[in-house]
Amino acid sequence: MLVHSNKARAVIWTGFLLLFVPLFALPFAVILAASFATTWSGALPSGPTLTHYQDIAKGDSLNALVTSLLTALAASLLALAAGTWAALAAQRLGGRGKKVIDTLFMLPVAVPSVAVGLSLLVAFSQPPLLLNGTRQIVIIAHTVLVTAFAHQSVSAALDRLDPAYEQSAAALGARPAYVLWRVKLPLLLPSLTAATGLCFALSMGELSATMMIYPPDWLPLPVQIFATTDRGALFSGAALAVALMAATLLVLFGVSRIRTRASYR
Amino acid sequence: MTALPDTAAAPVAGRAASGIRFENVSVAYGTHTVLDGLDLTVEPGEVMALLGPSGSGKTTALRAVAGFVTPASGRVLIGGRDVTGLPPYKRGIGMVVQSYALFPHMRVADNVAFGLKAQKVPRAEIADRVTEALELTGMAGYARRYPRELSGGQQQRVAIARALAIRPGVLLLDEPLSALDAQLRSGMLAELARLHRELPDVSILYVTHDQVEALTLADRIAVMDRARLRDCGTPRELYRAPRTEFTASFVGNANLMPVTAGAGDGAVTFAGTELAVRGTEGVATGAEATLCVRPHLVGLGEGPNALRGRLAELQWRGATHRLYVEVAGHRVMADVRELRDTPAVGDEVTVHFAPEDAVLIPVGAGTDG
Repeated sequence: MLVHSNKARAVIWTGFLLLFVPLFALPFAVILAASFATTWSGALPSGPTLTHYQDIAKGDSLNALVTSLLTALAASLLALAAGTWAALAAQRLGGRGKKVIDTLFMLPVAVPSVAVGLSLLVAFSQPPLLLNGTRQIVIIAHTVLVTAFAHQSVSAALDRLDPAYEQSAAALGARPAYVLWRVKLPLLLPSLTAATGLCFALSMGELSATMMIYPPDWLPLPVQIFATTDRGALFSGAALAVALMAATLLVLFGVSRIRTRASYR
Repeated sequence: MTALPDTAAAPVAGRAASGIRFENVSVAYGTHTVLDGLDLTVEPGEVMALLGPSGSGKTTALRAVAGFVTPASGRVLIGGRDVTGLPPYKRGIGMVVQSYALFPHMRVADNVAFGLKAQKVPRAEIADRVTEALELTGMAGYARRYPRELSGGQQQRVAIARALAIRPGVLLLDEPLSALDAQLRSGMLAELARLHRELPDVSILYVTHDQVEALTLADRIAVMDRARLRDCGTPRELYRAPRTEFTASFVGNANLMPVTAGAGDGAVTFAGTELAVRGTEGVATGAEATLCVRPHLVGLGEGPNALRGRLAELQWRGATHRLYVEVAGHRVMADVRELRDTPAVGDEVTVHFAPEDAVLIPVGAGTDG
């Protein structure tokens, strides 16, 4: 939108700041300040300390962070593979088939994540599919929850991809698998990396379903944050939350660098 | 672009000359027929233009050859082989689309090598054939560039080089010049004509809505309208003696005047005036017909087949003047050499044309009705 008048520009900036500061910036600033505090009784926190961060570096929290990173990595890659496959298959089917696949893959978004966790717990509680109490069930739950976003992102990119690329490649004698590998996937790379980043971020913050199914030896960081704050250690919880945000942002930044290099047009 | 000796180009057309044949090909999307019973043969080494407005079915016909649409009925043959049920990658065709569809993540050389790698041509041979195709299209110096670093005209040459590198028997060109500006377009037309001279065995199916491209490049033109083939002939035949009103109006400009055939051969009546035409075969005495005269064959002043009317509009077009003369409620167009003394709009003027320049088209010729 082009805004030419200074007054209109000032109004827009004011509106933006009124929304952004209380809703987004302030909560983050409070968490950040709390993560360095020992007490907070007045308007501002007091007793600045690095203890909470030092605790993270040595105890269970570091394990929880690594667990979260591994879970998110596995879930986002699995979601990317499943979502991309489904988007490609839906495009190939076209018409009603595409609608059915698109709807099925969007279902987990409509179902509350607690319900997803519970359903997996029930579904995999009997042999031969006994996965309760394993790390795999956490990864499966996260995959189920984020695949919809991967599917949607890749599906939208596929719709935008000029069919002339695929057709020209086929006319040149390339079989469908060759076209997919050498033409379509490279052209979709920016969307694939964006989808991976989104899935990763969502998985890093997932709590509701995880709470239902996590085994004692696979405790992701959001669960740790919940447990820490639940027992009253708010400042330690804040430091963990900052660590979670920082790790997520760092990975997203790395992914966006790949995406920038993968953009051809 | 440097001119190359003919020998340099010869290996590109390595595949045996193969024509294209449509046998009663129909294509439908649901209940909507987009190509209706097309019968057409493109001879080996021939350039056939499919000319028609949007929605005429010309691109669908090309896509049926490429294998991107499946005919509801009929057969498509390439080099005498029925390819109707074959997937695109087994048809051995070269294709250049309107958007060129160069792969943006590959350098020019990799784009040109794509088809050869896909067909598992030996690595040593690929390099030679890429060089050869790029030299043929004058793009040898751009092998390391990415498509985004090229102009529209250069991208088009790379797209042609990519299509020719696989040595196709037939080359399908889908509105290849429509993305270029007018000046580049005329240059590329000459380039395409030269390429065809250097690759005389390659049959070319050229889809366009531009009559100038079709007239310039094609050995024959197939005129299409509303999913059907309306006319087919050499550019001269279609221009000088169109068989249908549609052809007359789509291939070049035309005055189309409603006339009634007279008793004698070559005599017709237009708005009460008796006119002499080239011939009235196929039109019964007293029958309605359409008289076609090209505007540049209509002269200003007295002469044979003189028509008197009021000048409704006068346009200066540089080398020529276009006159619109209202004769008995019909507008007659005349393109005459630039006039020194121009008549004023509203003046009474006389235009004329030679009997041999007037073609009689029976009413309803080439239409569904």
